[in-house]
Amino acid sequence: MSDLKSIGPSKSSMALRGPWTLLKKELLRFWRVAFQTVAAPVITALLYLLIFSHVLKSHVQVYDGVPYTAFLIPGLIMMSVLQNAFANSSSSLIQSKVMGNIVFILLTPLTHLQFFLAFLIAAIVRGLVVGLCIYLVAMWFVDLNIANPWLIIVFALLGSALLGTLGIIAGIWADRFDQMAAFQNFIIMPLSFLSGVFYSIHSLPPFWQKVSQLNPFFYMIDGFRYGFFGKGDVSPMISLAIVGTAFLLLALITLKMLKSGYKLRS
Amino acid sequence: MPVIQTYSIFNRKSYLSQPAIKISGVHKYFGALHALKGIDLTIEPGEFFALLGPNGAGKSTLINILAGLIAPSSGNISVMGFDVGSQYRQARQLLGVVPQELVFDPFFNVREMLRFQAGYFGRGRENDAWVDEILEGLGLADKANTNMRRLSGGMKRRALIAQALAHKPPVIVLDEPTAGVDVELRQMLWEFIKKLNRDGHTIILTTHYLEEAETLCSRVGMMKQGQIVALDSTANLLNKFSGKHLRLTLGNVVLPANVQELVRYAENGVYTFALEDMAQIEFVLSALRTASIKVLDMQLNEADLEEVFLSLVGSTPQAGSSRGVLR
Repeated sequence: MSDLKSIGPSKSSMALRGPWTLLKKELLRFWRVAFQTVAAPVITALLYLLIFSHVLKSHVQVYDGVPYTAFLIPGLIMMSVLQNAFANSSSSLIQSKVMGNIVFILLTPLTHLQFFLAFLIAAIVRGLVVGLCIYLVAMWFVDLNIANPWLIIVFALLGSALLGTLGIIAGIWADRFDQMAAFQNFIIMPLSFLSGVFYSIHSLPPFWQKVSQLNPFFYMIDGFRYGFFGKGDVSPMISLAIVGTAFLLLALITLKMLKSGYKLRS
Repeated sequence: MPVIQTYSIFNRKSYLSQPAIKISGVHKYFGALHALKGIDLTIEPGEFFALLGPNGAGKSTLINILAGLIAPSSGNISVMGFDVGSQYRQARQLLGVVPQELVFDPFFNVREMLRFQAGYFGRGRENDAWVDEILEGLGLADKANTNMRRLSGGMKRRALIAQALAHKPPVIVLDEPTAGVDVELRQMLWEFIKKLNRDGHTIILTTHYLEEAETLCSRVGMMKQGQIVALDSTANLLNKFSGKHLRLTLGNVVLPANVQELVRYAENGVYTFALEDMAQIEFVLSALRTASIKVLDMQLNEADLEEVFLSLVGSTPQAGSSRGVLR
């Protein structure tokens, strides 16, 4: 029986073990249903690859010397990374809120920063796992050169972090599944499909090129693609600055929401 | 009281001498609704305290503020000397709260959930022996590897209680822990909670089952419309309302004027008379005979917590509910 002689752990173990436990739980949560959270998006991306490359490869002009199928693969990988990073944090939070089990986390001594980091890293990991799986399978279809691996890594990390953060915001904001579906269908999906995944924005009329440049997803896709081909629609440094700034901005908003207890603690 | 070792997170603050819970001038507004109207309450370490009140009295609001789920509009709450707002990490480390709603995470089994819950509080595998003890004490040992989704309602309730205890908190808050559970589970649960209390854990209980509060708790606070209307030891409260209660089933009748002042309450033709001594029984029965009122049934009871509650709070059990259960 309890003797109450050890009611608290040491400061250092608590600082690390608390957020590590939350991260581990979030990782296990998607890994337990990997068929749905990893295999399904990989198959979806491959279907896009097969259909679009077959239909469009003779109609769409992209970069000189780059076949359309090869052009398509980095875009599809990055789109899947972004969508799955968003799906991980947003679905975990909305499910926990609707089912009420978020209370188990809210009752703990975890800080708002620890809460944020655990959900963020889990989202990044899922995004990267899905992206890596698509890359490995796509290698069967096309030989992809890698011009700058660091750009690929940096944009994959920053992109998944940005969408993971956006997922946390959506998960905190939404009270019902239909609100979350609206966020996904009216914001995430249009921005990702109109980001130049399937085309170079240079093939668009000037007006739509300008509009595309207002879409932050475009810079994530373009910067990531630059890492493969060494060429893109804009300079990777511009993309990096825009994506990095957007992430920092969203991270600050998220931390502020968590600290104030917005929609979590009334 | 057992010795409680202090750790670095608590800055070597000696919190043994501090009240387990100290609530000072807590107000809470939800828009125009003044849900808590200046609550002051101190609960000492090792107490088994009952917080009673009808629905809407403010019990759950108060507990949610204590747990950090709701911010107070004004006032302070501390757990063993640590403010639940400014020192929330220390305060939550000392607190285990069993939520009222039957919530669970469908992705994991019982043991995994308990390990996660302990882990959030910084406890690792060294806590496994305590987790096993909780599982054993709550009759969950054979369900330890069962997914939460597959548990029955009663088992889910046990798992919910186990989760609140996973980090071995010295102060435990149970918000309606036995709502909708069978008698066997209720007995098992109370035996376990009594053991925890004997070992020095402070227990704060809200319940609709007044017999539970009367049997288990050494002190009782009663809330009504956001205020504490009674706060005393269970024995003192019962003494204040000492006397006999004569419960007569008379049907739809008009009582003689000379016995009407003895009626404590009446409902559906059942009249409860508060009597100071046994001699008043004959007085009441005689008055009824004179008025040609037939007694259909008769019970004589000692005052219990329900009588105290009804006198102070004024609610009556809803029709169809069992005696002693307020909804």
